[in-house]
Amino acid sequence: MSENGKPKFAMYWAASCGGCDIAVLNIHEKILDVDANFEVVFWPVAVDAKYKDVEAMADGEILLTLFNGGMRNEENAHMARLLRRKSQILIAFGSCANEGCIPGLANLSPVEEIFETAYATVSTENAAGIRPQPETQVAEGVLSIPAFSPVLRTLNQVVDVDYYIPGCPPESHQIAAVIDVVLAVLAGKAQLPPKGSMLGVGQSTVCDECTRVRNVRKITGFRRIQDLECIDPQVCLLEQGVLCTGPATASGCTALCPKAGAPCAGCYGPAQGVLDFGARMMSAVASVIDSNDAEEIDRILDGLVDPAGSFYRFNLAHSVLRTGRASWNGN
Amino acid sequence: MSGEFEPLIIGFTCNWCSYRAADMAGTARFKYPPNIRLLRLMCSGRLDPTFVLKAFREGADGVLITGCHPGECHYIEQNYKALRRVLLLKRLLGSMGLNPERVKLVWASAAEGGRLAREISSFVEHVRALGPLGWPQRAMANGRYAAREEIEEVPA
Repeated sequence: MSENGKPKFAMYWAASCGGCDIAVLNIHEKILDVDANFEVVFWPVAVDAKYKDVEAMADGEILLTLFNGGMRNEENAHMARLLRRKSQILIAFGSCANEGCIPGLANLSPVEEIFETAYATVSTENAAGIRPQPETQVAEGVLSIPAFSPVLRTLNQVVDVDYYIPGCPPESHQIAAVIDVVLAVLAGKAQLPPKGSMLGVGQSTVCDECTRVRNVRKITGFRRIQDLECIDPQVCLLEQGVLCTGPATASGCTALCPKAGAPCAGCYGPAQGVLDFGARMMSAVASVIDSNDAEEIDRILDGLVDPAGSFYRFNLAHSVLRTGRASWNGN
Repeated sequence: MSGEFEPLIIGFTCNWCSYRAADMAGTARFKYPPNIRLLRLMCSGRLDPTFVLKAFREGADGVLITGCHPGECHYIEQNYKALRRVLLLKRLLGSMGLNPERVKLVWASAAEGGRLAREISSFVEHVRALGPLGWPQRAMANGRYAAREEIEEVPA
């Protein structure tokens, strides 16, 4: 408890884009409830607190921490361990912390290649070919920066996690609903859900929330949505040959993308009971391809450019294999 | 790895044809290498790609999927579904840097014990030539599959 008697709240970003923090601020006046009921002790995007302030806290002093972002370097992992120790309830917030998200796709590439892309592309001014060095000798001594990890890991691959809120980013109405539950628990009017629960997510798939009409789905070719001359606004996108990952994705977003004419990319993560997002999506796609002939099937599959990127866009770091083979260091 | 590398193959068989073909191979004393561990499914169409991914994650060097000949599925056309899944799965594995030749789909009827034994033998030799995959061991070296406590000890 803080001096004003309010329980303490923290939010942290590791390897992430900042969208999760914005999503929390985007709950409109509900944010006032958060402020009225919690003392915000650490939240780099919103309040000025330092790592040392967290380090000075007693273990378990923070009641609730929302942690977004993946574990891309040692600083990320260090903060995950620190906040785990200081928090009673640690929530993996958003797709990166849950399953790696877009940054997790870097697990398909070796570290040297990632650096090459980041520090040597045409748009980068780096004539000297400088690369980040974990340690640099200067006159005053040795400077160090956090070491870049060989792969991106999710939060629960590094520390114990209490609850999970998926989404890229989590939808505001879902965040608000979770806050309501937390406030009810604080008021003694509700019980905490069982440890390990997914919060702020539906029990079904995006297809279930989608208003598009599904007929007998038979696909004779895959096309990217920008290559379609016209998109039927009423009919299922998958049926129109656009790879829409609605069948494998957890509901909870109200099917925003397919309703607006863009295919679901899977940001809400695997639906309940799905161990491997890509495998579920492969099953779904294989079921609707309209051919029993190996050559014809291959021709249809040619339309799926970048299978790993399409089937694991948000989930690679938390998939069964977790990485591509290229990221195996020295193996 | 020494030259005595023995590949570990997980084989998925269909209850109605290839499992019986394997049975028949045993009854008729056709020999096939012990590298393969056969698992029975009710149908090749039951094969969730997750099973194959898990096999590799747990240390398999190759996965053999067997089913009824096209047109002979006990469940009408589920072996075609298996065909489509396997073709797609191979593409995905390829794009993750895993040699798609480590997965093979073979049709074998209940009467083809000899043929199944030959297919198993040739697949084992093919995977032997590809060498060990070692997904868990090699990934473990980077602390990727280690338990959380162990990850703490992996040097940065």
